[in-house]
Amino acid sequence: MLRKRLVAVIAAALSVGSLPAAHAQTEIQWWHSMGGALGDQLNELAKKFNERQKEYKVVTVYKGSYPESMTAAIAAYRAGSAPHLLQVFEVGTATMMAARGAIVPVAKLMADAKEPFDPKAYLPVVTGYYSDVKGNMLSFPFNSSTVMFYINKDAFRKAGLPPVAPKTWKEFVAAAEKLKAAGQGCVYTTSWPSWMHIENFSAWHNVPIGTKQNGMGGFDTVFTINSPLHVRHVAMLGDLAKKGMFTYAGRTNQGDAKFSSGECAMFSGSTGAQAGIRRAAKFDWSINFIPYHDDVKGAPQNSIIGGASLWVMGGKKAEEYKGVARFLAFLSRTDVQVQWHTATGYVPITKTAYEATKQTGFYQKDPGAELAVLQLTNKPPTENSKGLRFGNFVQGREVIEEELEAVFAGKKDAQTALNDAVRRGNEILRRFETANK
Amino acid sequence: MEKRVVFRSAWLPYALLAPQLAITVVFFFWPAAQAIWYSFQLQDAFGLSSQFVGLENFAILFGDENYLRSFRTTAIFSALVAGFGIVLSLLLAVMADRIVKGALAYKTVLIWPYAVAAAVAGVLWSFLFAPSIGIVTYVLKGLGIDWNWIINGNQAMLLVVIASVWKQISYNFLFFLAGLQSIPRSLIEAAAIDGAGPARRFWTIVLPLLSPTTFFLLVVNIVYAFFDTFGVIDATTQGGPAQATQILVYKVYHDGVKSADLGGSSAQSVILMIIVIALTAVQFRYIERKVQY
Repeated sequence: MLRKRLVAVIAAALSVGSLPAAHAQTEIQWWHSMGGALGDQLNELAKKFNERQKEYKVVTVYKGSYPESMTAAIAAYRAGSAPHLLQVFEVGTATMMAARGAIVPVAKLMADAKEPFDPKAYLPVVTGYYSDVKGNMLSFPFNSSTVMFYINKDAFRKAGLPPVAPKTWKEFVAAAEKLKAAGQGCVYTTSWPSWMHIENFSAWHNVPIGTKQNGMGGFDTVFTINSPLHVRHVAMLGDLAKKGMFTYAGRTNQGDAKFSSGECAMFSGSTGAQAGIRRAAKFDWSINFIPYHDDVKGAPQNSIIGGASLWVMGGKKAEEYKGVARFLAFLSRTDVQVQWHTATGYVPITKTAYEATKQTGFYQKDPGAELAVLQLTNKPPTENSKGLRFGNFVQGREVIEEELEAVFAGKKDAQTALNDAVRRGNEILRRFETANK
Repeated sequence: MEKRVVFRSAWLPYALLAPQLAITVVFFFWPAAQAIWYSFQLQDAFGLSSQFVGLENFAILFGDENYLRSFRTTAIFSALVAGFGIVLSLLLAVMADRIVKGALAYKTVLIWPYAVAAAVAGVLWSFLFAPSIGIVTYVLKGLGIDWNWIINGNQAMLLVVIASVWKQISYNFLFFLAGLQSIPRSLIEAAAIDGAGPARRFWTIVLPLLSPTTFFLLVVNIVYAFFDTFGVIDATTQGGPAQATQILVYKVYHDGVKSADLGGSSAQSVILMIIVIALTAVQFRYIERKVQY
């Protein structure tokens, strides 16, 4: 361990020594978490920008998963070497926002640099997630997704069901029973359980996840996810798990593979899962709206976004900020947005990008790509479906996941688990509130 | 006559010690002191503001049932890893020691896992036991066992114990083998002539003579289970499901690095530091006395 660290230190020292001499261009460091094909697309964006002008050079650095790059940036900030731009996942929003001084609000950056920037160009459900209460955009929406519901049509046909996705949870249970009876090994699984079954579930049914507009109105928020509707839904999942109709796959995207391999007949996961399914699935499948409880008034409302936004870090030179603003203006261009949307499967986040993509006929070939937009904009977002902003929600979400796991494993009943989730989650919120006074 | 080397110079001994002391101070005392300092603070993630909160971080920890559960998890985990690790490797060493033909091949293969990094070992075992695609899972399914450590805490614990023990067996094996080979043949032969069978010889001669080795390995294995198994856990269960494999050191990392709660995490490392100091002191004070050298 010690030796490894020493080697790393020496290697770092050597590489600093061998850096090429001063650049004429102003460099802009961009730390991100896009691996694989997504990373290639991201690098493509930087390359295009660098070719268009010669004053600034955007340098992309892959820093691992979302939590990893956020941690790395925090450590770098403490050491005085933070990047200019940092891609932060949606649950890190409150932590970043609270770090006044460590970040520069995007609205302010663009105004200072006199670059054109119109927050109204974005889908309201996107703007809402990344703006403060006064409507100032704090970070730059970059890659947004939402949760969708997928079915294996072949498995449905085999079980004697019409190959149509259940619209409500009632229909879902009926279909699940038929599938189980027909010998389907794994009936349903999900990726991102908290995101799907607590966060999006709440928005979709127009019930709050926490007080103060899901935390957007202030840090003195408390969780409200132990409401009767939440308990009922989680109890239903626990019951399905017990009867072998819900196979738990894990906290992140492990469910994706269980669906694309044909193991599970129904699946809820990110819009981003489509690319992998398209490549791997050897069966007929469809992408759909997520189910809802039809006896809940106002449901379905709209789903909320996941994914990440770009944060501008503080403490840099004015000249560099000009470059950052120029780059963000470049990213806002409709042609850039359309390209990013169609190449990655992330949701188009500006209205013009959506319209432009529509006109290319892309959605005729790929209806699933449009469905995500339709689900996000199903109704104008309410206080409950605008998004969420909880301090240290990386930790908070884990608490929820843990309590859900306890229900799915049959160790706790839904009411106890959700009460515990609220209590433990609130402790985290209070600690965050005290630390960020 | 006693041989003694005396330094005549006043500064030379200190100069010779200095490099080692410098390393100890920079890499051990300095971070430890920082941990203690941070454990009394409440900071935001970016370190923009920081307030002195006294013992509040500790109070929160001991009021947190999950932290207390992590103690129990760690105790169970360490006992299983140290216990199985020592017993299995002793068994293997005794076997390997008796083998005449191809002994070198056996020994080489048994020592191999030690060269594997903890994270790699974790990934390896988690592939074998993967809930949908693992080979072992497939076999278990055939036997009617529903294997899914993603949700079943006991199975997850079993998985990390297996991976950790597997990794540590080689190390233990080496020491036991060396210990066995240093036992004088004449002792064992004399016992054999007196009519003691292999089992009797093992319990009355070999095991007592191995007790210093066993004691040493006990200390090393417990420290291993406490700290070095981090890689295995991070690569497989990451402390889950529902904290079933969240050992203390993993929680320190999790709360400090992933959750950016520096104060709480530092308080935990201070507690961990105290535990290890106490554990080692107890081991040397009480258990070592019973060991026959």
